[in-house]
Amino acid sequence: MADLRNNHNLAPKPSFFNDPKVRSIFYQLVVMAIIIAFVYVVATNTAANLAAQNKSTGFDFFLQPASFDINFTLIPFDRTSYYWEAFVVGMLNTLLVSVIGVIFATLLGFMLGIARLSNNWIIAKLAMVYVEIIRNVPLLLQLFFWYTVVLKAMPGVKNSFEWFGGFVLNNRGFSFPKPMPDETFNLVFIAFFIAVIGAFALKYWARKRLEQTGNRFPVFWASIGLLIAFPVVVWLISGANLAFETPELKGFNYKGGLTLPSEFLALLFGLIIYTTAFIAEIVRSGIVAVDKGQTEAAQSLGLKDGDRLRLVIIPQAMRVIIPPLTSQFLNLTKNSSLAAAIGYPDLVSVFMQTTLNQTGRAVEIVFITMMVYLTLSLITSVFMNWYNARVAMVER
Amino acid sequence: MAKNNLAYVRTEIVPESPAPDLSKGIIGWVKNNLFSSISNSIMTIVGAMFLMWVLPPIYGFLFGNAVWPGEGVTVEDCRAKGAGACWAYIDDRMTFFIYGFFPKDAYWVTQEGLIASIMTYWRVNLVFAVGTLLLVPLMWPDLKYKLLNSILFFVVYPVFVFFMLTGGVFGLEEVPTVKWGGLTVTLIIGLVGIVVSLPLGIVLALGRQSKMPIIKTFCIMFIEVWRAVPLITVLFMASVMLPLFMPVGMTIDKLLRALVGVSLFSAAYMAEVVRGGLQALPKGQSEAAASLGLNYWKSMGFIILPQALKHVIPGIVNSFIALFKDTSLVAIVGIFDLLRATQVANLNLDWASSNQAITGYVFAAAIFWAFCFGMSRYSIMMEHRLDTGHKN
Repeated sequence: MADLRNNHNLAPKPSFFNDPKVRSIFYQLVVMAIIIAFVYVVATNTAANLAAQNKSTGFDFFLQPASFDINFTLIPFDRTSYYWEAFVVGMLNTLLVSVIGVIFATLLGFMLGIARLSNNWIIAKLAMVYVEIIRNVPLLLQLFFWYTVVLKAMPGVKNSFEWFGGFVLNNRGFSFPKPMPDETFNLVFIAFFIAVIGAFALKYWARKRLEQTGNRFPVFWASIGLLIAFPVVVWLISGANLAFETPELKGFNYKGGLTLPSEFLALLFGLIIYTTAFIAEIVRSGIVAVDKGQTEAAQSLGLKDGDRLRLVIIPQAMRVIIPPLTSQFLNLTKNSSLAAAIGYPDLVSVFMQTTLNQTGRAVEIVFITMMVYLTLSLITSVFMNWYNARVAMVER
Repeated sequence: MAKNNLAYVRTEIVPESPAPDLSKGIIGWVKNNLFSSISNSIMTIVGAMFLMWVLPPIYGFLFGNAVWPGEGVTVEDCRAKGAGACWAYIDDRMTFFIYGFFPKDAYWVTQEGLIASIMTYWRVNLVFAVGTLLLVPLMWPDLKYKLLNSILFFVVYPVFVFFMLTGGVFGLEEVPTVKWGGLTVTLIIGLVGIVVSLPLGIVLALGRQSKMPIIKTFCIMFIEVWRAVPLITVLFMASVMLPLFMPVGMTIDKLLRALVGVSLFSAAYMAEVVRGGLQALPKGQSEAAASLGLNYWKSMGFIILPQALKHVIPGIVNSFIALFKDTSLVAIVGIFDLLRATQVANLNLDWASSNQAITGYVFAAAIFWAFCFGMSRYSIMMEHRLDTGHKN
């Protein structure tokens, strides 16, 4: 009996070949060996192929002149620039279209998601039809549609639409006046910066006051007023001068001003329209996921409709919305690579197409491009996880 | 004293009176859904004005002023001022949209009539027909023999498709993949993507849940890297780098490169969907399986996976939809899918008119839409069927 009592905690010792630990180590070693063998074969094959094609390897091409032109750049770029500059141009263009796209798609997506839940039959059905059509057609097809059909159907340069003497729309893109601030205008920027800090301080003070006295302060409108009024007052006092360089028709094209090429517009429209449909569905499901009792509780506390949405429903819906919203932001960034198909010079188009074709460094360039997207998605996830942790429910 | 002796107390129940006219029927519906408040009325009016602004031109373009195929309809009708969509062009190029450059059957192409036009591409059409015959019972929830059906569709059918389309055996003329095109290629890429990505995704998901650190790390890295990069970089990688990975002198078919890229890419997404199902399953299920003495593969195959996969059927169908839409990206690396066929057809000078491109794109969009919308309705139907009403 005593023996039994001492032994009953011990599992029977399996034989060596049946021991789960031994087996697990064995399986892992096998997988490891397969992976290493695969990598080895691929690496030797690649080296042999590259040698057979007389192709050089390495990252030295970054310091060679690129000798091609890019029609839309955020930094100065011409034929004498280097490949690394082309890389930066492509990356900035990807970031530009992604950031603008994310902002607009989020705003429109929230509006559309709320519209789908509207009491109004027409509005709800319109939103539904929009979502169902856009979500079920490939983005690339939509981009071609916007690019070839709509934007290319715009009038030629000679017959451009012109509004207010400086905003020009034609089949090459959209041109608008370029602000040319003089040096004293920096004061206005500084004033705006101070106003931003002031708005945060105002928010802090209003919250303190609300907690102490129970009186509300219209923080939102006051902040907007501060953000506009303070810089404007500084502008008027300092006498800074803000000139505009308007686009003018010279020869065969508009010169001066800033121009967004039609490729950029088509890509941006396409991405916004496509992603909006997905975000609308996410927002709708997030709001539906909030328990009905929350609405009723808020009503019984006497909250107004706006306050009920803002203080009770949306904060809870956000917990459901944020994780899929993050992946939509990432999707938009990744989808911006379709730019290559319509000729907007993004990272894939400039780097993975033009640079790869010119230098032939396939392995290096594909690797770097993938790393860039990997980094972008890591940064976005980290930021959104931080935000998600902020809005997450605090269990008591 | 009896209560109901009082003269002013009613003894019978009052008959129900009909609801006020304003709250029933069409008027009531309109009042409740369109004009329940001032802001609601404004939205209705704005919405109605928007519809009146948008619908007539769309209807006019697609139907009213459209040029339908028929006797004596030529490109001149499409070039006429005020003409809408040029459906005659689509009709004329229909075989190109569906079959691309697939060679026509030498005998049947000389014949006339409907049967001849079907038999001209009988190899592709047979593939379509067999696929439909296998797919419909597979999707029909009440039918039995699901296992046999799945094996036929997911294992036997792809082999059949391969030999039927490539040819070179059984006296069939050999057709290189560069001649495949149009909707056929789109469906093939979709099918291969589905057939490869589902099992691979399940394996990756299981690997990610595994307790073995090396396997787990490898699966996580594989999934996260594929999910972080855009499909187009994967396709570029497949088309530029796969040939480099092969032994010197060996070439790899262009379509196969794209298939590898698409399959690996969607496998990573599928893995995450399956993982959701695995995580949603209560731990008691795997413990029960273990206490019955089932080993890992048996407990996975008989207990865990059937339940987990059933949970995520809607998610799986949604990834199929994404995959099907993503097949259009192969057009960028030069595969002749439906989108590329549309682009090429749009350049055809025989039907050159100002509406040619828009008609082609609308047609392609309609086909993609029909497939994706059908799949999404199916997933919603399955969701309702599987919803047993007692969640958790």
